[in-house]
Amino acid sequence: MKLITAIIKPFKLDEVRESLSALGVQGMTVSEVKGYGRQKGHTEIYRGAEYAVSFLPKLKIEVAVKSEMLEAVIDAITSRAKTGQIGDGKIFVTPLEQVVRIRTGETDGDAL
Amino acid sequence: MSIEILKKAALATLAGLGTLAFTAGTAFAADAPTLNSGDTAWMITSSALVLMMTIPGLGLFYGGMVRKKNVLATLAQSFGATCLITVLWMILGYSLAFKANGNAGLNSVIGNLSFLFLKPMTVSTLSGTIPESVFMFFQMTFAIITPALIAGALADRMKFSAFLWFMGLWLIFVYCPIAHMVWGGGILFTMGALDYAGGTVVHLNAGTAALVTCLVLGKRIGYGSENMSPHNLVLSVIGASLLWVGWFGFNAGSALTAGFNAGMAAAATQIATAAAALAWMFAEWIIAKKPSVLGMISGAVAGLVAITPASGFVDPVGALIIGIAAGAVCYISAVWVKKALGYDDSLDAWGVHGVGGALGALLTGVFANSAINPAGKGWLFDGNFGQIPIQLADIGITFVWCAVGTFIILKVIDMVIGLRVSREIEIEGLDINLHGETVHS
Repeated sequence: MKLITAIIKPFKLDEVRESLSALGVQGMTVSEVKGYGRQKGHTEIYRGAEYAVSFLPKLKIEVAVKSEMLEAVIDAITSRAKTGQIGDGKIFVTPLEQVVRIRTGETDGDAL
Repeated sequence: MSIEILKKAALATLAGLGTLAFTAGTAFAADAPTLNSGDTAWMITSSALVLMMTIPGLGLFYGGMVRKKNVLATLAQSFGATCLITVLWMILGYSLAFKANGNAGLNSVIGNLSFLFLKPMTVSTLSGTIPESVFMFFQMTFAIITPALIAGALADRMKFSAFLWFMGLWLIFVYCPIAHMVWGGGILFTMGALDYAGGTVVHLNAGTAALVTCLVLGKRIGYGSENMSPHNLVLSVIGASLLWVGWFGFNAGSALTAGFNAGMAAAATQIATAAAALAWMFAEWIIAKKPSVLGMISGAVAGLVAITPASGFVDPVGALIIGIAAGAVCYISAVWVKKALGYDDSLDAWGVHGVGGALGALLTGVFANSAINPAGKGWLFDGNFGQIPIQLADIGITFVWCAVGTFIILKVIDMVIGLRVSREIEIEGLDINLHGETVHS
C-alpha cells in the first residue's frame, strides 16, 4: 500500500477528485496549506506598497491506495493538476504499513 | 462658515427674513438678526451629520484599512478624540478660535479666553440666525474631525496615551489658531482667503500634520516587505459612504443657513465626489490595470476634500472639474509619490487630505464665481487673478504653521512619554496590548 501526498493548485481540486473517483479511489483527505517551492514566492504591489508573498496558498490531498493502483493514480493527478505554469505542485509517495477502518476493525486492503 | 458667510447670513436675514417680516407687517430692526427656525433645524442636523463623519464614518474607514490586530485601536482613536475634543472645545477651544477683540496683535492669529467654559453664552445668544449654542456645536464637530483625520498617518504604531496628548495639544496650538486665522477674523480672513468649509483649515491642516507625524514616527515594522493590505474593505466602504453622506452637513452646513448657498454647496459636493471617484478609478485602471474598491472610495474622499473649500463658491461645472482633478492628482500622490519618496503615510491622510485640500483651495481661487456667491470672486469667471496668490498664501501659512507646530508637539510628547509602542507590541498588535481586547475573541 502507498500513501500519496500531493500538493496542487487550489482550483484543480475538483478535476483531480473526479479523475480519482473514476479510478475507484474510495477516499481522500484535503487540507488548505501554504508553502513555497523553487520560485520562492513572489512580490506584489497593493496601493503602491510592495510586499513579499513568501508562502502561496495550495491544497494538500492525501490518498491511500493499493500498490498496484499507484501508477494510475499518479498519472491521473499529474494530468489533471497540470497547467504547465510554475507552481503546479508535487506528488510525494510513501510506503504505508497499516490501515485500519475504525468502525469495523477491517485492516489493510479491506480498509481502503 | 467663513465670516463672509456669517455676514451674508446676516444679509440674508435682512433680505429674506426681512421680506417675511414685512409681509407680516412687523417692523424689522436692520442690525438685529433674529432666530430662524429653518436655519436652526438645518444647522443642528448638519452638526449631527458632521459628527457622524468621525464616529462612525472615519473610524470605520480607517478601521477597515488597518490590519486585523489594530482595528479596535484605530476605532478607539476616532472615538477617544471625539470625546476629548468635545470637552476641550467647551473649555477653551471655541473661545480661542472664535472670540477676539478685533484682529490686531495676537488676535490676528489666535482668539482670546473670554468664552472660557462657554460662560458668556446664554440660551438665547444668537450667531447670525441660529443660536450660538448651535454654531458652537457645529464648529465643535469640525474641531473633532480635523485632528481625528491625522490618525490615518500614525496607524498601527502610536501609543494611545501619546495619541490623546497629541490630539489635545494639537487642537489648542494648531487647529484653534488656524481656524481663527481663516474663519475667526484673523489674518487670513482679513486677506480675503476663500475657504468655504475647511479645505485648508481642516484638510490641508490635518494632512500636513499627518505627513509630519508619519515622518517623525517612522515607518511601520515590515513596511515595504510585509502585506499590509486592508483587513476588511467592507468596513472601509461603509465608513467612506458615511463620510460622503455626512459631508453634506460639512459643506452645505457651512452656509450656516438653509438657503440657496446650502443648496448649491450640496449639489457641488455630490458632483465633485462622484467625479473624483471615477477619476481615481479610471486612473488606477489605466496605470495599475485594476480598478480597486479601495481606489474608488479613496477617490470619493479626495473629491469631498477638494470640493470642501470650493463648495458654495463654484457652479456645477466647476465642481465637476475640481472633482476630476482631485481624483487623478490624489491617486498620483497617494500611490506613486508616496512610494517614490518612501514615507509611510499608512492610510494616506496626507496623500488624500493634504494634497486634496491644497488642490481644492487653489482651484477655489480659479473657479469661484460671484454669480454663485457674491462673497467669492475667482479668476476664471470674475477675472480676479489676485485671488490666486491669496489662496497660495492661505495654503503656505497653513502648511508652515501646522508643520512647525505639529513637529514641536510631537517632539515634546516623545521626550516626556514616548510616541511609539515597543517593537513587541507593534508586532503582536495594539488591540490586545493597549486595550486588552480583540475584535474576535
